[in-house]
Amino acid sequence: MSQRDGNLAETIPTFDDDVNAGRGVGLSGMTGLSAGTIHGWRDAIVIVLVAVVIIGGLQIWLTVSDTPAYVMPKPSEIGAALVDNFPLFWPHILSTLQVLVIGYAIGTSIGLVLAATITQVPFIEKVITPYILLLVTTPMLALVPLLGAKLGYDSIAPRIIVVALASGPMVMINAATGFRRTDLGKIALARSYGASTIQIFTKIRFPMALPMIIVGLMIGAIFGLLTAVGAEMVGSSEGLGNRLVYYSSRVQMDNFFAIIVILAVIGITDYVIFYWIGKKWASWQS
Amino acid sequence: MSDPGSGTPFLTIEHATKTYDTGSGPLTAIEDLNLSIDRGEFVCVLGPSGSGKSTLLWAISGLHPLTSGTITLNGRPVTSPPREMGMVFQDANLLPWRNLWENMLFPFEIRRQRSEPHHERIRELLRLTGLAGFEKKMPLELSGGMRQRASIVRCLGFDPEVILMDEPFGALDAFTRDEMNLLIQNIWLGSGKTVIFVTHNITEAVFLADRVVVLSPRPGRIAHIFEIDLPRPRTIDQTLEPPFIEQVQRIKATIERGQPARTGAMA
Repeated sequence: MSQRDGNLAETIPTFDDDVNAGRGVGLSGMTGLSAGTIHGWRDAIVIVLVAVVIIGGLQIWLTVSDTPAYVMPKPSEIGAALVDNFPLFWPHILSTLQVLVIGYAIGTSIGLVLAATITQVPFIEKVITPYILLLVTTPMLALVPLLGAKLGYDSIAPRIIVVALASGPMVMINAATGFRRTDLGKIALARSYGASTIQIFTKIRFPMALPMIIVGLMIGAIFGLLTAVGAEMVGSSEGLGNRLVYYSSRVQMDNFFAIIVILAVIGITDYVIFYWIGKKWASWQS
Repeated sequence: MSDPGSGTPFLTIEHATKTYDTGSGPLTAIEDLNLSIDRGEFVCVLGPSGSGKSTLLWAISGLHPLTSGTITLNGRPVTSPPREMGMVFQDANLLPWRNLWENMLFPFEIRRQRSEPHHERIRELLRLTGLAGFEKKMPLELSGGMRQRASIVRCLGFDPEVILMDEPFGALDAFTRDEMNLLIQNIWLGSGKTVIFVTHNITEAVFLADRVVVLSPRPGRIAHIFEIDLPRPRTIDQTLEPPFIEQVQRIKATIERGQPARTGAMA
């Protein structure tokens, strides 16, 4: 009789809390920085101190070793370039951000809608998955010169397209993992109150998938930024990636590193935004 | 709603059969099961695991339709979850992304019904179940017993006429279970609500029920129905006294033999 019980278990929902697949693949698990909350002043002071030690140490080391600026500029020189030339950088920052925001918005919207729909129809999911994997594993940067030739070298469209193609599938894959976490018990609960399919989606499936969706949005944003910069390096007359190529070709390493600092700030801002979103909307998981 | 006391039973189950398609062929969980339940009755469905007691409950709830047979509530066939029914699940089944209070309002949201007129009663129920003051807590911050009490409040919050309970205390320790059984009895007494309670715990069934329906092993059929005429309100101490223990032993013998003992009290 016990084997028969095993069979029956597939058709009668059981209500272990652990049926959710992908537990522990939460926001913090994906980023490996779960302890990133800053508790009080002491932590903040230590973090600032570490930064001061690293930057100061670098400054001293580069001064003592008399390293030429074209190999590695001193932090003070990078800082000066950042401040002095910021007006020169500004249009390029805007250009990159514009490409990133538009491409990311298009890519993630399509990714989310696709994830929500295909997970409801396993057959379509099977058919689509190989193509999505193809999109994820193929470097979209290769498309930039091709799209540039078609749409014009000065157009931002090629960059927007590759950013969308890079961020969309990341969001889709993660969101699909979230939507696949079907907890039959919670769905039965909603149905026992007469919930419609749409209500089951909005009140159960979506909130349940939200932590994974946020992880996808975060990874998508970072991939989008990397792809935007890469696209500007290979085929654009503007943007921060273009500036990296420009300054390195002229051996203006202070400006080059100033751009790197700006990119780092944009990347960390991405992370912080999604960290707070995750804390607000996905904290129930931990 | 049909008029009460007209002689038509409140809830009837006729020739209920449920077959599941499994990898190794069809499996009959319950077969030609007949039962009728009166308004305000507390019925416990008892049976070994695999006797189809959850299947029966889920069929009554309208969540899993029968393969054949009919279930009628208030004269109307049950084909989808009826509004006058509420279900308490094996697992507390709270939504972990909502706090306790938001969980209590979940049924109203689904039913697109204003919850304000019910806030008073929900607060009263939370107080009665020792959950007052925990409204803002997330489910994962509550103990297993608190979560299960919350799920009972959620079910009672919209004032269902019929409450279906699917082994609600199976995962709780013995002390918490006693406490919950007392709570359920106190809430039920004088409420006029009909309760169908599935369990595999004989003591729990005898403690709670007006009638204990014992199912035979698969395919589930009614092996016997026991009337429990122990006085109410029942106490935990009573469960250690001879009349209670005799009743438990009679039921135990029935389950072991798959049919009533000769001396079993007839329904």
